[in-house]
Amino acid sequence: MIQVFTFYLFAVLLIASGAFTIFSRNPVHSVLWLILAFFNAAGLMVLVGAEFIAMLLVIVYVGAVAVLFLFVVMMLDIDFAELRAGFMKNVPLGILLAIVFVMELIFGIGAYQAGKIELADTPVNPAREGATNIEAVGELLYTKYIFLFETAGIILLVAMVGAIVLTNRKRAGVRPQNVSEQVARRPEDATRNMQPEVGKGVEL
Amino acid sequence: MTEFFQSLGMTYEWAWFVATISGILIIVLPLLLSVAMIVYADRKIWAAINLRRGPNVVGPFGLLQSFADGLKVFLQETIIPSAANKGLFLIAPIITFTVALAAWAVIPFSETAVLSNINVGLLYILAISSLGVYGVVISGWASNSKYPFFSSMRAAAQMISYEVSIGFTLITVVLMAGTFNLSDIIMAQKGHIGGIVNAYGLNPLLFPMAVVFLISAMAETARHPFDLTEAESELVAGYQTEYSSMSFALFWLGEYANILLMCALNAILFWGGWLPPIDWAPLYAVPGIIWLLLKIFVFFFIFSWVMATVPRYRYDQLMRLGWKIFLPLSLAWVVIVSGYVMIRDNGWPL
Repeated sequence: MIQVFTFYLFAVLLIASGAFTIFSRNPVHSVLWLILAFFNAAGLMVLVGAEFIAMLLVIVYVGAVAVLFLFVVMMLDIDFAELRAGFMKNVPLGILLAIVFVMELIFGIGAYQAGKIELADTPVNPAREGATNIEAVGELLYTKYIFLFETAGIILLVAMVGAIVLTNRKRAGVRPQNVSEQVARRPEDATRNMQPEVGKGVEL
Repeated sequence: MTEFFQSLGMTYEWAWFVATISGILIIVLPLLLSVAMIVYADRKIWAAINLRRGPNVVGPFGLLQSFADGLKVFLQETIIPSAANKGLFLIAPIITFTVALAAWAVIPFSETAVLSNINVGLLYILAISSLGVYGVVISGWASNSKYPFFSSMRAAAQMISYEVSIGFTLITVVLMAGTFNLSDIIMAQKGHIGGIVNAYGLNPLLFPMAVVFLISAMAETARHPFDLTEAESELVAGYQTEYSSMSFALFWLGEYANILLMCALNAILFWGGWLPPIDWAPLYAVPGIIWLLLKIFVFFFIFSWVMATVPRYRYDQLMRLGWKIFLPLSLAWVVIVSGYVMIRDNGWPL
């Protein structure tokens, strides 16, 4: 009973906040609705017993990705009239995309109902009996499929290095902080202890 | 506690409900009281280091100062700037306050006293503490004023930067203990070094991580010397500038609840939580919660001590410390500790 109620609560809130993400006029509100949507998705994950995925969803998406979204969107100076003016121009593309997604959904559900295809001779056993979520994910990712996982990691690393190399440019006229010089600086190098006679003053 | 309410003649569901609600109240009410007292302790310690008296007028030794401040704030008018985004402006302090309290749900106070003993406890704390930034960011944006906005920009970048090194530091502890459950992490520290000490922090392998965690905790809670989000010489009062009355008080309570949480995490992850510092039978006669509270207070004293002695960092220094020192160090330490755990569990590979 309580599970059904909680499921519908999270599901309704998820869909509603997803809709508000699209319909909000203000992009900052959109991002905040998106965060609420992530939260409800995490709630659904807890409900199906995948508490590890739920926590990851909150840590990665709410804690990092959405903060960066918010960070960027907050600094935008958006002219809403201009945004709405471009709406009609992009309508055909939007309709096309919508049709593609609906078709994919229909094909996906249709194919699922028609029965599944066997890809491997032996069915993949996802996890050992009685393992907790974390143990099961750990055994699969870090023991069984370690090489695939590390390959994915290396591809991401290369992409990251590429992005840094492409955006890192040397600018002229910039004076970066020289940390070792700052740390090595001592009071004796910067100050002098003067004891001038009365009425004489000091020469700097 | 559910059994107790069941013995009063309730059904299991009702007993569970009442037990959970009373559990929450048993944690939150003393927590708010200790927040009030810890603010007083903070001001007293700070004053003592500066050779001042500190609050000494309201009540004996000024003990009631925080309550007087709270009452004053409560009676003030709530001012909402006309250009502010009203809804978000009011939600922001509520988020900060709620998030600061929510994380306490998984903190084990003694062997049995823990509200929610989930096996992803540490991940829950990471998830909740990563939400803390929203209160600051939303308040800065919703205030529609330049100083809060600058402050929220700083806060967002700062918290994301230090969460990375906090995450890696926690991974070393998790590797060592082999679990994400906070109670199990504490139990894994029992009799750690040759059966003498109940603390990971004294293990030479984990001591550097304990230090990194302590400093990152200060940065994560935007505490001195990393309080660039409310640097009064540059940003008035940072993201709190436009707030008054109870909305300001909620920020203030949430901030100190967060600081206490970070002190508690320090105590639990590296210094044995509710275990006595030395694995010696007579020390176990003292209730576990006393040891935990003592350890929390020691860490709070360190926080205050640092606040009174160290000048504020520059923003580029803060970023440099987070990304160029702590991140590589903790990343390297994850590799070292996993290597150690591998050898400990499977023997020397050659």
